[in-house]
Amino acid sequence: MVTDAKSRLEDELSKWEDEIVGRVTKKAPERKSQFVTDSGVTIKRLYTPLDHAVEEYEQREGFPGRYPFTRGIQPTMYRSRFWTMRQYAGFGTAEATNERFRYLLEQGQTGLSVAFDLPTQIGYDSDFALARGEVGKVGVAIDTLADMETLFSGIPLDKVSTSMTINAPAAIILAMYIAVAEKQGVVPGQLRGTIQNDILKEYVARGTYIFPPAPSMRLITDIFAYCSQNLPHWNTISISGYHIREAGATAVQEIAFTMANGIAYVKAALQAGLAIDDFAPRLSFFFNAHNNFFEEVAKFRAARRIWARIMKERFGAQDQRSLMLRFHTQTAGCTLTAQQPQVNIIRVAFQALAAVLGGTQSLHTNSWDEALALPSEEAVTIALRTQQVIAHELGVADTVDPLGGSYFIEKLTDEIEARAWEYLKRIDEMGGAVAAIESGYMQKEIHESAYRYQKEVEEGEKVVVGVNKYQSAEEHRYRLLKVDPEVVNRQIQKLEQIKENRSATEVSNALAELREVAHFGGNLMPPILRAVKAYATLGEICGVLRDVFGEYRAKSLF
Amino acid sequence: MTKRIRVLIAKAGLDGHDRGAKVVAQALRDAGMEVIYTGLRQTPEQIVEAAIEEDVQVVGISSLSGAHMYLIPPVVEMLKERGAGDILVIAGGIIPNEDADYLKQIGVSEVFGPGTATSSIAKYIYDHLE
Repeated sequence: MVTDAKSRLEDELSKWEDEIVGRVTKKAPERKSQFVTDSGVTIKRLYTPLDHAVEEYEQREGFPGRYPFTRGIQPTMYRSRFWTMRQYAGFGTAEATNERFRYLLEQGQTGLSVAFDLPTQIGYDSDFALARGEVGKVGVAIDTLADMETLFSGIPLDKVSTSMTINAPAAIILAMYIAVAEKQGVVPGQLRGTIQNDILKEYVARGTYIFPPAPSMRLITDIFAYCSQNLPHWNTISISGYHIREAGATAVQEIAFTMANGIAYVKAALQAGLAIDDFAPRLSFFFNAHNNFFEEVAKFRAARRIWARIMKERFGAQDQRSLMLRFHTQTAGCTLTAQQPQVNIIRVAFQALAAVLGGTQSLHTNSWDEALALPSEEAVTIALRTQQVIAHELGVADTVDPLGGSYFIEKLTDEIEARAWEYLKRIDEMGGAVAAIESGYMQKEIHESAYRYQKEVEEGEKVVVGVNKYQSAEEHRYRLLKVDPEVVNRQIQKLEQIKENRSATEVSNALAELREVAHFGGNLMPPILRAVKAYATLGEICGVLRDVFGEYRAKSLF
Repeated sequence: MTKRIRVLIAKAGLDGHDRGAKVVAQALRDAGMEVIYTGLRQTPEQIVEAAIEEDVQVVGISSLSGAHMYLIPPVVEMLKERGAGDILVIAGGIIPNEDADYLKQIGVSEVFGPGTATSSIAKYIYDHLE
């Protein structure tokens, strides 16, 4: 801003504060003495051009599709193509989930997103003792390639993109996906989609780890290497802040810890001998869209800018695609209430809007009944319709980064960025994300935020509609989805049948080769692919890796 | 002086979401109780073993993944078998009403749903142990 204009504005602003605001607030004090975001950023009464230096525009905001990508990774964003509407789904058997997938595609969903049950996520077959009660519950049960064949039956894998929430056994599930595609006549090079493959946040927040950090990182970099050769359109990891946020982190902690984990993956890949621009364009991210509307929008914008800077300045990436932070968003499951659950539809709609205004590439909207059970078909339809209304009726996708240039949003983006850098610096000083996780630093920070949030809700400082204010006494009983308890028996039967029909020699040869590569080195993907094609089970493959790598035991930090 | 109330907070099954369990554990600690947290991936057997070994008066089981009907009844049963049926068993997490009704019938003292204030859990424990 020109200096006279700036000082004139400063004068006017203080005059306005003293004469007008001062008079009004004396008569009618503001609702709170201080307004803060959920991350603790103080919100000023008014933002003006003084908060936002035009001279720095190009380095700070820049243009969409150009470094530092604050305003979006595509020059035209949603004016060209809407985000991918991708509802996370999976329960019971592969048959039941396949049915839900086909239903969602018929309803206009544009990508698939697979939820796996806990035994699958932790590398156990459905007949494992501790899997009792968990088979098919929070996702679909996958024991062998046969289950994956059923899961994607009738779904052309060259046409849809598929996201799979799988971490510790990601290599195995990816291998199964490749094998199913081949059976459909689709070559790996045509496959589009994402495997979550983010083990660090499992140690921090979600708990479905198997192996210790070092071999886990090896599996991940092996996937990076394999995909850069064979699956050029595949997102090899989705570095996830979502679960970190669900565990109680603030918006700032969410992006800071996610970026720190991202740095750890990049470092591991470089150490494994990969070239930055060979794998970096396929790194993707996954964030949460929480309630504090503007803070969420600013968070997404800040995250893009931070990642671009990290990749360019710290790792010297040259390819523009290496600098672009592409992300999927899910609305915040932890904000859903069991009290007056239909109010969740409104929460989800606003959270989804924040994600869209923040420039997400793909979006999952939660179903209103998720604080009670797995989503029913009716509820998931409303959730999908919410996205369709935002896309087609609101007009918010008609210009790029519509909140960009808002004095408030720009200032908030800067503040979130600055606070995230502070965390990143601290984590670097600790020796990086792996060290910060092993020492329990991230977990403690998150737990403290979670506890503070809970206290604020209980003390009424934070209002949760229907929970600590505007309660209603009526108790409704809703029609909820129930997973058939027979699933586990059917799944075990199917597993036994596969084991009878496969070639035992092929399986044992493949597993022996896997053991060798795991032990002596080399990329793990080819032997895993071979084992999968021989119908070795997920549990058998993970069993070999458990033998060689050992299992991670979380230190009790609480 | 009366002995401080000892509570075991347990995460049963394979579910790793322990935000609620840890928040409740800390809140009960702040309310003056001694709280032991089991950590993740506990079997019903391990929970019962820990409860007896730690000589607790309360066991709180957290479940979000829908496996509560498989994981909680065995805990209640085994506690009785081991002569520790007087331990107050409470549960929390995503547990549908009809399942909660059943769990209460078989001996779970109370089921706390999402949105429960931690202070009301603490109060419940104090009220029932006096």
